Amino acid sequence: MKAFLILEDGSVFEGQSFGAVREAVSEIVFNTSMTGYMEVLTDPSYAGQAVVMTYPIIGNYGICREDMESLKPWPDGFIVRESARMPSNFRCEDTLEHFLKIHGIPGICRIDTRALTKLLRSKGTMNGMITTREDWKPEEVLPRIRAYRVEHVVERVSCDKPYRLPGLGKRVALMDFGAKSNIMKSLQTRGCQVTVYPAHASAEEILAARPDGIMLSNGPGDPKECTEIIREVGKLYDSGTPVFAICLGHQLMALATGGDTHKMKYGHRGGNHPVKDLKSGRVYISAQNHGYVVDMDKVDASIAQVAFRNVNDGTVEGLRYLQKPVFTVQFHPEASPGPRDSGYLFDEFIEMMGGNA
Amino acid sequence: MPKDTTIRKVLVIGSGPIVIGQAAEFDYAGTQACRSLKEEGICVVLVNSNPATIMTDKDIADKVYIEPLVPEMLKEIIRREKPDSLLPTLGGQAALNLAMELWESGFLAEQHVRLIGTTAETIRKAEDREAFKETMEKIGEPCAPSQIVYSVEEGAKFAEEIGYPVVLRPAYTLGGSGGGIAHDRRELEEILSNGLRLSRVGQVLVERCIAGWKEIEYEVMRDESGTCITVCNMENLDPVGVHTGDSIVVAPSQTLGDKEHQMLRSAALNIIEELKITGGCNVQFALHPESFEYCVIEVNPRVSRSSALASKATGYPIAKVAAKIALGYHLDEIKNAITQKTFASFEPMLDYCVVKMPRLPFDKFLSADRTLGTQMKATGEVMSICTNFEGGLMKAIRSLEQHVDSLRSYDFSGLSEEELLGRLGVADDRRIWVIAEALRRGISYDEIYRITKIDPWFIDKLAVLVEMEEALERGPLDRELLEEAKRLEFPDEVIGRLAGLPEGQVKSLREQYGITASYKMVDTCAAEFEASTPYYYSCYDGYNEAESSTGRKKVLVLGSGPIRIGQGIEFDYCCVHGTWAFAREGYETIIVNNNPETVSTDFDIADKLYFEPLTPEDVESIVRLEKPDGAIVQFGGQTAIKLTQALMEMGVPILGTQAEDVDAAEDRERFDEILGKCGIPRPAGHTVFTVEEAKAAAADLGYPVLVRPSYVLGGQGMQIAVRESDVEEFMEIINRIEQEHPVLVDKYLMGKEIEVDAVCDGQDVLIPGIMEHIERAGIHSGDSISIYPAQSISRKAEETILSYTEKLAAALHVRGLINIQFIVCQDEVYVIEVNPRSSRTVPYISKVTGLAIVDVASRVIMGETIRGMGYTPGLWPASGYIAVKMPVFSFEKLQGADVRLGPEMKSTGEVLGIARDFQEALYKAFLGAGVRLPKHRNVIMTLNDEDKETGVEIGRRLAKLGYRIFATRGTWKALREAGVPAVPTGKISQESPNILDLILGHAIDLVIDTPAKGAQHGRDGFLIRRNAIETGVYCITAIDTARALAESLEHAGSQSMEPVNIAG
Repeated sequence: MKAFLILEDGSVFEGQSFGAVREAVSEIVFNTSMTGYMEVLTDPSYAGQAVVMTYPIIGNYGICREDMESLKPWPDGFIVRESARMPSNFRCEDTLEHFLKIHGIPGICRIDTRALTKLLRSKGTMNGMITTREDWKPEEVLPRIRAYRVEHVVERVSCDKPYRLPGLGKRVALMDFGAKSNIMKSLQTRGCQVTVYPAHASAEEILAARPDGIMLSNGPGDPKECTEIIREVGKLYDSGTPVFAICLGHQLMALATGGDTHKMKYGHRGGNHPVKDLKSGRVYISAQNHGYVVDMDKVDASIAQVAFRNVNDGTVEGLRYLQKPVFTVQFHPEASPGPRDSGYLFDEFIEMMGGNA
Repeated sequence: MPKDTTIRKVLVIGSGPIVIGQAAEFDYAGTQACRSLKEEGICVVLVNSNPATIMTDKDIADKVYIEPLVPEMLKEIIRREKPDSLLPTLGGQAALNLAMELWESGFLAEQHVRLIGTTAETIRKAEDREAFKETMEKIGEPCAPSQIVYSVEEGAKFAEEIGYPVVLRPAYTLGGSGGGIAHDRRELEEILSNGLRLSRVGQVLVERCIAGWKEIEYEVMRDESGTCITVCNMENLDPVGVHTGDSIVVAPSQTLGDKEHQMLRSAALNIIEELKITGGCNVQFALHPESFEYCVIEVNPRVSRSSALASKATGYPIAKVAAKIALGYHLDEIKNAITQKTFASFEPMLDYCVVKMPRLPFDKFLSADRTLGTQMKATGEVMSICTNFEGGLMKAIRSLEQHVDSLRSYDFSGLSEEELLGRLGVADDRRIWVIAEALRRGISYDEIYRITKIDPWFIDKLAVLVEMEEALERGPLDRELLEEAKRLEFPDEVIGRLAGLPEGQVKSLREQYGITASYKMVDTCAAEFEASTPYYYSCYDGYNEAESSTGRKKVLVLGSGPIRIGQGIEFDYCCVHGTWAFAREGYETIIVNNNPETVSTDFDIADKLYFEPLTPEDVESIVRLEKPDGAIVQFGGQTAIKLTQALMEMGVPILGTQAEDVDAAEDRERFDEILGKCGIPRPAGHTVFTVEEAKAAAADLGYPVLVRPSYVLGGQGMQIAVRESDVEEFMEIINRIEQEHPVLVDKYLMGKEIEVDAVCDGQDVLIPGIMEHIERAGIHSGDSISIYPAQSISRKAEETILSYTEKLAAALHVRGLINIQFIVCQDEVYVIEVNPRSSRTVPYISKVTGLAIVDVASRVIMGETIRGMGYTPGLWPASGYIAVKMPVFSFEKLQGADVRLGPEMKSTGEVLGIARDFQEALYKAFLGAGVRLPKHRNVIMTLNDEDKETGVEIGRRLAKLGYRIFATRGTWKALREAGVPAVPTGKISQESPNILDLILGHAIDLVIDTPAKGAQHGRDGFLIRRNAIETGVYCITAIDTARALAESLEHAGSQSMEPVNIAG
């Protein structure tokens, strides 16, 4: 079946429908990872967005449920050049196409994803619509597309109430803004006893449990929209409890301590982003997925110091707070998908909590 | 950290002659690295024995020594040049081994030369099997259960323990020489004893056979700060068991999930970190197809064939970055040359699929065993880029230039199902065609997978192509079907064949529907960043991003495709120099080529690079977009020449010598006419099509005759027939492939062969030099030892040669290069071949004469004159040096290939010996070619009747040098009659100890076996030669080569070796 991807600037890509046959309006972002579509689809940070994979052949190894980063896929749409007709892998349980279908996610394939990516690169992230209607009218759809906003997404992806994961070591409170399951796993394999709190949990509730450390997770959307959460994060900061934060958590901490964030032209999404550890001078290849970034020039030098910087565009990739045991990174040390090079940061977090990594 | 300023003068070692397992990729890597070092103001001293390379040009390094890669020569150069550092990681295994030898002997320390880019400890840890295993165990990286053995008994014992089959890998050998898989004790004994002998340190690894696992490679970079990145991963379509150099390889990996990929990637980083490599490194893994179990197969702590492939596949210049790291730079201080925005400390992301296919030499060696195993057999490779795997494979297939353009090109439909299933189990160069046939018969993916262990994902992709073939046969050929066929890269010709339409009609249908190729950029970052480097590939499912540009004049340079016997790196040398010459004159240059190993496909050689198959259709798509003002076909060997007609039909002017003149040189009748007009004699001959005509022609001329197809390179299919049955046999072989052009039957003249390269501007002719072959006519010029300047022809013959050259260049209206081969027989000069284009000898003659011939030829093509450029027409004054070009063969890699030399070329590479006197040059050439005598002072001679007279004299000289001569009966008799002491030995059929036992006894240095001319059916000679080669014994099949060797040996003792800097 024919399908169309219509962008807010009026560009149209004609391709074929795959997955669910449904219309979707969303923010279109591209990811350059060559493997890991399963982890991308199930990363809650993509809530409110539709993802373009720049690698042209997607679905080669099918669906391996144990690679899911949450219980379901989140993107509003999935855009690829070629969806593999016959996956092959010893763990393969399903095809990508069928997986999207059962989860109601519309896909479009057989489009020039490189041309689309170049467009997003030059004009910046845009809204778009995937539809199988052949009779769509620009004057009808374009206003709808342009009106779309990624809103209230953290609430959608976070858990409803706290729950505890087994472990015997350090007690970690994980604030779930849309946490990828590999964050939990990374803590658990280091022996931590993890309690997961919903995004709306109060600082008081969390601190009352006297955790050894607090982990702020990744998550979707504009950090500045999360005003209440920022307030609670500020209290967590004040408590002096060791904090390690990833991605959205990193941005929220910056905002809570007087910093600022802004939306990037087209963000960083992929598994090849070099971040430099300014202390050692060593560069690590990191997994990234973010459309917002902490403002470099608004970081108060008395509060925090830039610890990691992006080698390509110089943006802030990590902050070490000077007055409190707080360390935050923009990239994803939990990988999944992507390189595991910065996984050692979880060990540092354990050390911050006074444990032995 | 910025550059280490204590590094000022660096010695770079090249990889020597091209042999199977060590080919053009090191010229690419070396050239790139030398340029990268020079860019940093480093004085570069280069040593490489291979004169055909670009890296040995005086504009690539500051000091260039084309000298044998042996420790004594390296020591001499180091003493003379006093470099502060040695960079050993760019010249393959050859350079690494040599550097290790110099280091181990303490010489480097004594001379205050340090190794940069790696340390001796790193090399030892990666290369020494035992140290490697220990290192891997230490960091918890699994290797297949294995043991180093030093004897056959030890190996057999271990094999019983872990169970057959076992893999045998000798330490420190090229391309896995001497390795193999043993299924039982008998095979083990055979392979192991050979492997132990070939290994420099007498070690062989016996390991658990992991054949059938997925083979995955990673290219990793690391700098001194510990920053590590992977440039690329690659998946072999052929599972473990087939050498990666002989496998179809795809990048990035296709069947690995992120968990598997990250597991292996982390392991690769772990390994490079432990080995403390500063530079590039290749790690090969075997991955169990049904679990996360993996083993490390091998680590190469240097640039390699795979790193060249990864560089071209991603746009990440590994060798260049490795050179910068060696100077102390960190990855995040090195700019990504493609984006100019990002740095070398990132990982390339591909938004396309890359397919590499090996170019195997079985068209040259009909008797060779086509089975692929752990011993590499390919002489070269092609790469293709497309948005889908199927299209990539189709493009790669037609890039091979082996008369294949689709999965229908080999016909296995005649096999019974049982035979077909049997064939599926044979890993050879035609296996994907066998699989395609199996799919046509409805054999299940599971069954095919069970037999081949090729991942079902790839099998399904082959099925997509087979289904498309069927759809095209069924028709109708509507727009949708045609679009899909083109997306899968079916050429118009194949579509036409399947749909029952002429190619032209498919093309016009395409035009009608507006289905044309678009070009996409290789930008290292999947379009995430803007890139300006114009490196393109075509596809049929996207928008075009290549812009036809500028108001400058635009020239299209057609490359020479994959490296094969007969068309080697020399043509890449010509293409690159031609491109540079045009660029200097202000032209916009565009290269089209498909060989990932070469310098020409580096993205900064031409203004634009199209990485595409060299077929008329593919080139036409580029021409439509770029509308070049002209095309150069005379540099790219036969590959480019073959495109001449098509280019003219597209309306592209051929720059330089015109197509009709090229044709006149190839078309026998027109050529005869020209010769007649010029009054130039050639050996009498006829053109024929059928066996009957050939026999009649031979009878008319009188045997022996030379039989060959026209329009081929490297004497393909050329044979000397001494009797009628030979003619029948040769014609049958030639006609196996449909011939568009007649077959030539010529009188064979046994004379001295002379070769001339020249440049003609239409008026005047500039001849850089006259080369003489040591072997008399009958041995292909590429396989002959060639001497510059000619040593033994008379003044009169020389003048005749010059005058014939001038006449022929004029008669053929040559604008640019011309190569002519002569025979001088009793002081009469005959022309045997004229090629109005670049030749194999152009790089060598350029270097020894100091005359940049390609540059001069290019300027002539652009309209300048020889006199206008300040040159005096005629013969260029001799340089004062004598240069000997010696062919190098790869026979030990090709089981079953006949070693005997003849009119068909068999060598894969060459070395140069250059010196003030002939003896020294000859000695250096032998040394460079790996001939190191004596060891045991034992030689076997078995001569044909016509060589006996000459052979006896050679025997006398060898005996005088203290050699003990073993000879077969006839030869022994001749030697004894002449008073040369010799020991008679029995033929193979006679009882032991016979000649074979002698060879297998490992006490023989040299076999001189000159077979009788004509077709050979006797197995004796073949077996003697094969066994000699396979046990590492130098084997000579031409009496003239033997004489040269004897002469060289006579002078060896007193020979001093003076290094010659040709850039001086």
